[in-house]
Amino acid sequence: MNGIQTDVIAALPEIFVLSMAMFILLVDLFIKPANRIAIFMLAQLTLLGAAFITMTTHVASVTYSFSGMFVDDPMSDVLKLMIYLTTAIVLVYTRTYISLRGMFRGEFYALVLFAVAGMMIMVSGQHFLTLYMGLELLSLCLYALVAMDRDNARAAEAAMKYFVLGALASGMLLYGMSMLYGATGSLNISEVGSSLLNGVQNRPVLILGLVFIVAGLAFKLGAVPFQMWVPDVYEGSPTAVTLFIGSVTKLAAFALVIRLLAQGLFVLAIDWQGMLIIMAVLSIVIGNITAIAQTSLKRMFAYSTISHVGFLLYGIMSASVNGFASAMFYIVSYVLMTLAGFGMILLLSRKGFEADQLDDLKGLNQRNPWYAFLMLITMFSMAGVPPTLGFYAKFAVLQAALQAGMIWLVVFAVLMAVIGAFYYLRIVKIMYFDEPKDKSVIKTTTEMHWVLSLNALALLALGLMPQSLMNLCAYAITLSLS
Amino acid sequence: MIFQDYVFYALAAILLIAGLRVITARNPVHAALYLVLAFFTAAGIWLLLEAEFLAIALVLVYVGAVMVLFLFVVMMLDINLDKLREGFWSYLPLAGTVGALMAAEMVMILGTKYFGLAVFAPPAPHAADYSNTAELGLHLYTDYLLPFELAAVVLLVAIVAAIALTMRDRKDSKFIDPAAQVRVKRADRVRIVSMPAEVEVSEKDEKAAS
Repeated sequence: MNGIQTDVIAALPEIFVLSMAMFILLVDLFIKPANRIAIFMLAQLTLLGAAFITMTTHVASVTYSFSGMFVDDPMSDVLKLMIYLTTAIVLVYTRTYISLRGMFRGEFYALVLFAVAGMMIMVSGQHFLTLYMGLELLSLCLYALVAMDRDNARAAEAAMKYFVLGALASGMLLYGMSMLYGATGSLNISEVGSSLLNGVQNRPVLILGLVFIVAGLAFKLGAVPFQMWVPDVYEGSPTAVTLFIGSVTKLAAFALVIRLLAQGLFVLAIDWQGMLIIMAVLSIVIGNITAIAQTSLKRMFAYSTISHVGFLLYGIMSASVNGFASAMFYIVSYVLMTLAGFGMILLLSRKGFEADQLDDLKGLNQRNPWYAFLMLITMFSMAGVPPTLGFYAKFAVLQAALQAGMIWLVVFAVLMAVIGAFYYLRIVKIMYFDEPKDKSVIKTTTEMHWVLSLNALALLALGLMPQSLMNLCAYAITLSLS
Repeated sequence: MIFQDYVFYALAAILLIAGLRVITARNPVHAALYLVLAFFTAAGIWLLLEAEFLAIALVLVYVGAVMVLFLFVVMMLDINLDKLREGFWSYLPLAGTVGALMAAEMVMILGTKYFGLAVFAPPAPHAADYSNTAELGLHLYTDYLLPFELAAVVLLVAIVAAIALTMRDRKDSKFIDPAAQVRVKRADRVRIVSMPAEVEVSEKDEKAAS
C-alpha cells in the first residue's frame, strides 16, 4: 500500500473538480442572478485547472493508488483531457440555450462538474467497486439534468425512462461483477486479469458473469438490442443535456469497456468477441436503417449514435492493441462530430423555438452560408466521406477488424455505411437546395460562433492530418495495456 | 443437522414466502409490509453468518428508515391497481418464457456444483470477543477509503438533485418569505380608491340611456 501522499497526488484532478463543484454550490447561494455568468466562468476555470493538474502530474507509466483501486495511466490522462475539453465546449454551446429556458442556475453547473468527476473516476477505476461508484455518480447527475426543465412533461418522461432503464443496467452490471467475484475471488481488475491468466476455472460462472457485464455495458453505450432508451431520452431531454449525454459521457463508457473487457477479462476475449459481433452488426443495421425514417433531427442523431456504437464495437472486438487504439480514435472523433452536430441545433434554437426538426434546416445556405458549410463538414464527417475525420475513424476500426480476420463483417459494415450516408447527405440537400421556411437572421454569441467554427473545422483539419491524434491514442493504449 | 441449520431453513422459508408475496400482493401497502418482513429475515440470516453489524444496520436503515418512508409514500399515492395490471395477460407468455429461461440458466450455474461446500470451504468461526464492527471500520477507512468517499459524493449529488428538481423556481410552491411578511406595510395591503358615490338608477333611465 502506498502512502497517503501518493494517493492524493494521483487523484488530485478528481479532488480539485469535486472541491470546485462544492465551491460553486456555495457561491451560487450568495450571487445575484444578474451576475450568474461568474458561475459559468468558475466552471470553465475548474476544467482548465483540472487540465493543468492532469498535464503536470502526467507520467508515461502506470501508477496504482488507494490500495490498487485507482490507476493513473496514460490512457486515463488522455481521456480525462478529452473530457475537460469536450465539457468546456458543451458549456459554451449551452449557455445561451439554458439561460433562455430558465435553467441557467448554479445547480446545472455543479451537476455537470459532479458528472465530470464521476467520469474521471470511471476512467481511472481499477476495481469493480470504484468503477461502479463512478458510474453511479455520473448516472445520478444525468438523471437530474434530464429532468432539470421541470415544467416540461416530455423531459420528465425521458428522465423517468432513463432512470428506470439505467438502474436496470447498473443492476445487471453489478450482478455480473458479483459472479466474477465468485469465480475469481477478487474485485480488483488487475487481480482478476492475473488470476484468469493462471488458468480459467469455473468457466460457466465466468461466462454467466460476462453475459451480464456485456449486457450492462451495451445498455450504457446504447448498442442493439439494448438501445430502446436512446431515441426517447435524446428527444425528450433539453437539447443542452442531450449534447452532454450524447458526447462526453461516451468517452467514459469507452473507458469502462476497456477496463472491464480488455484489462479484466482479456483471457475471455474469444467469448465476448462473439457477443460484440452480434451487437455491432445489429447496431449498424438498425441504427442506419431506422435513422432514414426520422423527421426529428434529435431522433436521427440518436439512431446515428447507435450505428456509431456499432462501428466502435468493431474496433473493440478486434481484441488487439491496434483495435483498442482505433476504437479510442473512433470515440474521440465521434464526440467531436456530435458536439458540432448538436451545437448547430443549439445555435439555431431561439427562445420558445427548438430547431430540432429536419425542416428547420431548410435553406440554411441562403440564411447563413458559413453555418451551412460547417454543418456540411459535420455531416460529411458523420457519413465518413474523405477527407474528414469520420472517414479515418471508420477506416481505422475497419482496418483493425480486417487484421483480426473478419473480412465479411468489414464488407458488410462498409455497405451499411453507404446506406447510412443517405440520411446525412439528405441534410446537405435540405440545407443547400430547399427554400427556407423561416428567413429570420441567425443571432448568436461571439464565443459560440468561434468555438463552433473551430470545432467543425477541426473535423476537416484532423481528417487531413489524422496522424497526431492516432499517435496519441496508440501511445495511451500501448502504455496502459501492456 | 445442528440447531443453526433449522434456524436457517426456517428463516429462508419465511424470506422466500415474503419475497413472493411482495410481488403478488394486490394491496401495495401489504406488499411494502412483506418487504419489511423479507428484510427482517434476511437480517436474521446475516446474523447466522456472524455479520452482526450488517444485520443490525439492515434492520435500522432499511426497516427503520427506508421502509417507513416508503410506506408513507405508498399510502399517500392513489394507485389505480386496475391500470397497473393492464396488459398483464398479454405480456405473460413472452415475459414468462424469457424469465423461465433465465431462471433455468441461473439454476444450472448457481447450484452446488460451483458454489457448494466442496468449492468454498466454510470459514472457521470467530472467537466470542471478535469484533466484526471494528474490522469493518478498519477496512472502510483504509483499503476502501476511495469508494467510501465516493459514496459520500453520490449522496451529496442526490441531495443537490432533489433540491434542484423540487425546490427552486417552482411555480406552484406555496412558500412565503417570512421577512417579507413582517416588513409588509398597510399601504401594501389596502388600497384606498377615491370614486364618486354610486347613484341608484331606475330601469327606465337605463333603457333610455342605451
